[in-house]
Amino acid sequence: MARDVPALTGEAVATVTGFSRRFGDRTVLDGVDVTIGRGEFVALLGRSGSGKSTLLRALAGLDPAPAGERDGIAVDGTVAVAFQEPRLLPWKRVRANVALGLRTPDPGAAADGALTEVGLIDRAGAWPLTLSGGEAQRASLARALVRRPDLLLLDEPFSALDALTRITMHRLVLDLWERHRPGILLVTHDVDEALLLADRVLVLDGGRIAHESRVGLDRPRHRDHPHLLDLRSTLLATLGVTPEGTA
Amino acid sequence: MSTSSLDLARPAPRAGLAPRAPRAPRPAVLARWISPLAVLVLWQALSSAGLLPERLLAAPVTIAATGVELFRDGTLTEAIGVSVRRAALGFLLGGAAGIGLALVAGLGRIGENAVDPIMQMLRALPLFGLIPLFILWFGIGETPKVGLVALGVVFPLYLNTFAGIRGVDGRLGEVARVLDLGRGALIRHVVLPGALPQALVGLRQSLGIAWLALIVAEQINASSGLGFMINNAREFLRTDIVVLGLVVYAALGLATDAVVRLLERKALSWRATFLR
Repeated sequence: MARDVPALTGEAVATVTGFSRRFGDRTVLDGVDVTIGRGEFVALLGRSGSGKSTLLRALAGLDPAPAGERDGIAVDGTVAVAFQEPRLLPWKRVRANVALGLRTPDPGAAADGALTEVGLIDRAGAWPLTLSGGEAQRASLARALVRRPDLLLLDEPFSALDALTRITMHRLVLDLWERHRPGILLVTHDVDEALLLADRVLVLDGGRIAHESRVGLDRPRHRDHPHLLDLRSTLLATLGVTPEGTA
Repeated sequence: MSTSSLDLARPAPRAGLAPRAPRAPRPAVLARWISPLAVLVLWQALSSAGLLPERLLAAPVTIAATGVELFRDGTLTEAIGVSVRRAALGFLLGGAAGIGLALVAGLGRIGENAVDPIMQMLRALPLFGLIPLFILWFGIGETPKVGLVALGVVFPLYLNTFAGIRGVDGRLGEVARVLDLGRGALIRHVVLPGALPQALVGLRQSLGIAWLALIVAEQINASSGLGFMINNAREFLRTDIVVLGLVVYAALGLATDAVVRLLERKALSWRATFLR
């Protein structure tokens, strides 16, 4: 099933061409090519240390790469990020966190709108430290969303949540994506999550995109769909996991 | 740090487990007053029995009476006024310098290289060892007293504010970059609020030192203030006035500490829910 991906239609919101990144003498990314179409939902899988977060940070403009190593990253439009930890400023109430840095005429109203969309409007006046993990992650999503991003980068935003909250958050992200249609790059190590949400799944291994699959199913998807079961074993094998254990 | 170290050390009463009337004094609190009161009673008894000569230490009742008397004739109020003015002036000067230098050093490498080595070296100088120099430079008027207080205040505020700025979570700095905050907004929304808890620790430390520095400074040939009142009383063997002066110093110290704790509770209310 590898490499049977049809060419992208429509323009790209982000293109990564031949991007490499070294930390000391360790090469983390070695000539990565990725294109994310406008409104496309892409999931990036990889083992820990495979460089998937490094790639996301480069797209977010957070990579302090030495000049010359930054080449190959092009993003067209507004970028927003939701991190693995919600990273709310604890000394600002939820609404102020979401409105922070907004340059629209009425940041407070915009923040309230985003909080309503993620179902957190009743906690708008709360201190972040009083939120549950799921609520904090919703606030973090609202903060990303309120900027009306063309590219939304999600860095394992659900990995610290409990299983039930994670399911709710998957629905929420799909819902928001269908309403606003940003391009999304979701970095995750959860194969099921990638299969349930994304249009296209990439696997990063050995510093390159080692595998690419298109998931051509309508949403909401059921994780027991035969096509997904096939894809899952392929992806797990690519990641070095076989039904008997780790290869 | 606000109320934290103290309040956390105490076992928090769990709501639901042991429901209590919220404001009724707890037996444990009352129990803590027994031994200080016993000492006071013993002290009074020894004085009344003539075992503790007035020349060494006046009786509590005498001290209280002297306090009322000096308050009535205005001596005490005037002395407190003079001393508080010195402390406040020194504190404001030293505080502004400490925080200002911490901002310069904390917000950039160049500032750090310029300011921090000097501050670290000066910090090693014994504060009270500078008194002879201060007298040579400033004479024996108000300046050396205010200056000594200011110098005592500078270092704890500088060190803590600087450490607070540098201790701000770098991941929040990344958020600021992702949100496209400018440098000014980064400092205002992330760096300063993040450094505030540690800066308030410095504020409390520096207030303690401010009073200490004032007490020492007022021994330098003062002609007014609490230190003068105490020194004067020593010459006439008035131990009641000496002890009264000490009690007033202590009360002033406690009062300013209470103000800072109140300030902490207001400024760090975002943590209060988390600490409680």
